[in-house]
Amino acid sequence: MSKVVDRSRDLGPFIPHNDDELIICRCEEITKGEIRKAVRDGMYNLTEIKRYLRTGMGLCQGQTCSRFVRSIVAKELGLSPVELDLTSARSPARPIEMQTYSNEVW
Amino acid sequence: MIAMNNHAEVIIIGGGVIGCATAYNLAKKGVKSIVLEKYEIGYGGSSRNGGGVRQSARDPRELPLAMYGVEHLWPQLSEELGVDVEYCQKGNLRLAKTEAHLKILETLVESSRSSGLDVGMIGGDEARKICPYMSDEVIGASWCPTDGHANPMLTTLAFYKKARELGVRFITGENVREIRKLKGQARQVITDETIYEGDIILLAAGYESRAIANTVGIDIPVQRILLEALVTEVQPRMFDQMLGTAAADFYGHQAKHGSFVFGGSTGLEPYISEQYAPVTSSLTASSTCRGIIKYFPVLKDAKIVRTWAGWIDECADHVAVIDRVEEVPGLVLACGFSGHGFGISPTVGLLLSELVMNTAPTLDLSALRYNRFKAKA
Repeated sequence: MSKVVDRSRDLGPFIPHNDDELIICRCEEITKGEIRKAVRDGMYNLTEIKRYLRTGMGLCQGQTCSRFVRSIVAKELGLSPVELDLTSARSPARPIEMQTYSNEVW
Repeated sequence: MIAMNNHAEVIIIGGGVIGCATAYNLAKKGVKSIVLEKYEIGYGGSSRNGGGVRQSARDPRELPLAMYGVEHLWPQLSEELGVDVEYCQKGNLRLAKTEAHLKILETLVESSRSSGLDVGMIGGDEARKICPYMSDEVIGASWCPTDGHANPMLTTLAFYKKARELGVRFITGENVREIRKLKGQARQVITDETIYEGDIILLAAGYESRAIANTVGIDIPVQRILLEALVTEVQPRMFDQMLGTAAADFYGHQAKHGSFVFGGSTGLEPYISEQYAPVTSSLTASSTCRGIIKYFPVLKDAKIVRTWAGWIDECADHVAVIDRVEEVPGLVLACGFSGHGFGISPTVGLLLSELVMNTAPTLDLSALRYNRFKAKA
């Protein structure tokens, strides 16, 4: 399947939803409405949404919300959620104190 | 036959901060462009740098670009683009722990001062007055009060958003294979999927610019080098300065969000980095943490939540190429930013729009020519 995406697609007007105030990313307190608006601002994949809004940048690293974010973005774009890649998982898996992290020596 | 909507006055290869900033500047002047990006907006170095908006310790060839941006462009950038890019202008401290460090800093300071930058040396106690959290081991620093930092991811996306609103067409997932000349003029951009055509082609594709420029016989000595960054959980507000060290063991700042963003390297990157993707090494974050704790013991209990890596486009002489290519009319090059392109990106966007439109550039770019590289003998 071609991954080519024209970022000037007409997604139609933004229609407010009753649950736009719903918090989706709990760590960073990002709402459904903010995610939907970010798609209209041109953020068409989960990495750009993350960098734009901080979804999944908090303590849980998106382990709680990434699939919710994905389905919201997919719906805005008229895609199936599986067509959107999740963001890269980043080390460390859990937050680690700098002093502990600094112990690892080659 | 080129599809009608695959034609624009300018085709920009690369949707990083340089490509997006140039597309924005062109759109402001009424010039339409199409931006082609292989992955996503800001995939390369644009989203993988420390966020420094720094003039101090710049090579004299690019210092005027940094100074112009700090004076004329950064202060109102958030307002202009309609997105808070988290620009914070509270100075840069470059720290020294040894006499050898002080020597390195003095040389850098002297060079910057001779180009007219307000930067000087201060003692350890004076540095601790500016930033009270640093270790007593710090014996001196260079101090540039007009330096600062911003959020590179938001800045890139802000240029993209505004350019898109002004009618720039961005196409992601387009892998550029070659530039093709028609009647001696660079005109077509061939991708895996289709062909685009423009009067001018701007190549701003990070380290991959080299392979693409090769398709029209131009070779720029750039290679990719892996850089890594890490971020802590939110900390109490501690300081606003951009930090670096003479030993270059880490650099970083406290972001508006409250987390600390630090970058660092082991020095082994060219030899041990993975080749298939920009992935973090098990060595680097630990090494960076050791560097940070030596200068800021207070941060030893701060938790690292995330690390990430990216390839920068390192030029043979560590300064970018920004130029029109004489042998290939219609081709403009912007690559080799060597890991310090973010801070000058608003200026570079302006200058490139002038090069593309063939108007006199606001600043002299003759030190950044593409044909400056010579063999040893």
